[in-house]
Amino acid sequence: MTADASPSTPPPIEVRGLVKRYGELTAVGGVDLTVRSGDVYGYLGPNGAGKTTSLRMMLGLIRPTEGSVRLFGRDPMESVRALQGVAGFVEAPTFYPYLNARKNLEMLAAYDGNGAPERIDEALDTVELAGRQRDRVGGYSHGMRQRLGIAAALLRDPKLLLLDEPATGLDPAGMRDMRLLIRRLADQGMTVLLSSHLLTEVEDVCNRVAIVRQGRIVYEGEIAALKRGAGTRYWLQTTDDERAAAVCRAQPGVEDLGEAHGHITFTADEAAAAALSQALVESGALIKAMAPETVTLEDLFFELTEGEAPTPAPAAGTPPPAPARERAR
Amino acid sequence: MPGVGTVYRWELFKLRHQKRTYIGLGAAIIVPILFVLAIHLRHHHDRGGGFAFSDYLDRSGLAVPLVILLFGAVWMFPLITALVAGDIFASEDHNGTLKTIFTRSLERWQLFAGKALAASTYAVVAILLCGTVAVVAGSLQSGFNSLQSLSGTIVSAPKALELVYVSLLVYLIPIAAIVCIGLLLSSVTRNSAAAVVGTLMVSLLIQLIGILPGLGALQPYLLSTQFNAWQGLLRTPTDWEPIVRAAWVCALYGIPTIGAAFLIFIRRDVAGG
Repeated sequence: MTADASPSTPPPIEVRGLVKRYGELTAVGGVDLTVRSGDVYGYLGPNGAGKTTSLRMMLGLIRPTEGSVRLFGRDPMESVRALQGVAGFVEAPTFYPYLNARKNLEMLAAYDGNGAPERIDEALDTVELAGRQRDRVGGYSHGMRQRLGIAAALLRDPKLLLLDEPATGLDPAGMRDMRLLIRRLADQGMTVLLSSHLLTEVEDVCNRVAIVRQGRIVYEGEIAALKRGAGTRYWLQTTDDERAAAVCRAQPGVEDLGEAHGHITFTADEAAAAALSQALVESGALIKAMAPETVTLEDLFFELTEGEAPTPAPAAGTPPPAPARERAR
Repeated sequence: MPGVGTVYRWELFKLRHQKRTYIGLGAAIIVPILFVLAIHLRHHHDRGGGFAFSDYLDRSGLAVPLVILLFGAVWMFPLITALVAGDIFASEDHNGTLKTIFTRSLERWQLFAGKALAASTYAVVAILLCGTVAVVAGSLQSGFNSLQSLSGTIVSAPKALELVYVSLLVYLIPIAAIVCIGLLLSSVTRNSAAAVVGTLMVSLLIQLIGILPGLGALQPYLLSTQFNAWQGLLRTPTDWEPIVRAAWVCALYGIPTIGAAFLIFIRRDVAGG
C-alpha cells in the first residue's frame, strides 16, 4: 500500500516536536510523526489523547505552542497555500444548515477554485448523496453529514486526506461503507491519515499507525511490525496447570506467563513452544490444548495506552516491548 | 481564482437565506409604513411634535424619511445594522463552520474582507430601503411637495428628494462605525445574541454619555451626535462642518474596532466546532 516517494519529495505530513498547551494543560506533548506518500496511516488514541488537537494543528486551524508541521514541505500556519492538495475534516464535518448540500458544496468549490466546481457531481456520486443534494443540510443525519464531509474534501482533488473519526456515530452499514470508501480512495493513490479509536477500522484499512497517549506518541510504525514485536502468544490448558506453570517458568524462551480462568498464556517462538510441549509431557502435565493466539491491534493498543504513564516514543518502526500481561477477558 | 469577491458574493447569498436578514429589512420597511399610518390616524390637535420637520409631516411626504432618520438613530438603525454585523462571524462559530472555510483555498484576510463588505452592504440596503419606503409612503400620505429647510428656506420637491438621499448617505457614516463595532463584538464574543445586544448597548451607552450633566464638551465627539450630521445638508447654505466631523469622528470609532476585529479573526485558534 505504501508507495516509495523520491527522496527529494517532502512527505505528505512531517510533524516534529509538536506541542500544544492551554495554560497548565498540555493537550499535545511533543508529537513526531511522518506520513509517507501512499500510506493509509492510522492515528490512534483514546478520547482526550490529543488526536483532534494534533489534526487541527496539521490543518492550520490552531497554532502549535512548539514544534512544526509540514504538509508536502509547507507550513500550514503560514498560508492556506500549504493546504494545496490537502483536504479533510476534524471532528464532525460542518456545513451551513440553512443551505442545501449542493449549495454548500458550490460555495466550498468556489472558495477552492482550481476546477473544484466541475467535481461537485462526481463527489456527490462518490458518497452516494446525489439524490439528496437539494435537501437542506440541517435535516441531514449524522452519517449523511459525514459523507458530505468526504464529498467536500474530494472537491479539492486531494493527494492527502485527513479524516478525524469519520466512522464515529455511524451505524454498522455506514461504518462498512465508510471503510470501503476510504479503501477505494487509497487504492486510487490517495494518502490518508485516519484518526480513530475504532481499532478494527484502523486494522482493516491502515498500513501504518501512530498510537498517541496523553498527548504523546507511544508507537509509530507498521502495524505488522507492531504485531511482530509483540511476539506470538500461546494459550495452554493442561491436566495439571500448577505443575505446567512451574515447567513454563523454568523453560528457556517462554516469557510473559499469565494464568487466568483455568488456562495459562505465554509468549514464545515456535521452537520454544515445541520444547515446552515436550517438557510438559515429561513432567506429567498432559496438554489438553495449546494454540497460538492472534494478537490484535486492540490488544496492543490497550497495552500501550493503559496502565503506567507513557514513556517517550520509540523510533519510527521500532516495535514496543512485548505485552507484559494478559488482558483481562 | 477565488478572492474577496467570491466570499462577498457567497456571503450575500447566505444572507438571502437567513431569517435575520428579513427581520432587519422587514423592520426597515414596516417602521416608515407604521409611522405614516400613525400620521394618518392621529387627531388634528396632536399635530406638531416640536422636533425638526415635525410641522411638515402633513405638508410634504419628504419630511417623513428625515423624521425617521432623527428618531431611528436611538435604537432602530443600530439594531438593524447589528443584526447582521454582530452575527456574521459569530454565526460561523455557532454552526462550527469556521474550520470548514479556513481549510479551503482562501486566506483568512480574504474571508474577513468579504464578510465585512457583506455586512456593510446589508446596512446600506437597509437604510436606503427604509428611506425609499418612507419617501413613497410619506408622499402617498402627504404628497410629493416642497420642503422647508432648517434655515427656513423652501426647497423644491425634486431638490428635497435629492437632499433626502444625500442625507441617507451621510447617515451611513455613523452606521459604518456601528458595523465595525458589531464586527468586533461578533469576533470577540463568538455569540450572535451577545454581539447584537452588545452593539445596541454600546450605541445606547454612548447616547447616555451625551445627556450626562457636565459632559457636554464630549458631545461633538460622541458617535450618537454624528447621527445628526446629515442635518447640515438641510441648512442654507449647506453646513459641512458636522459632516466633516462625522467622517473623522466615526473613523476614530470605526478603524480601531475593525482593526481589532481583523486581528482577532486572522489570529484566532479554531479549537471548537
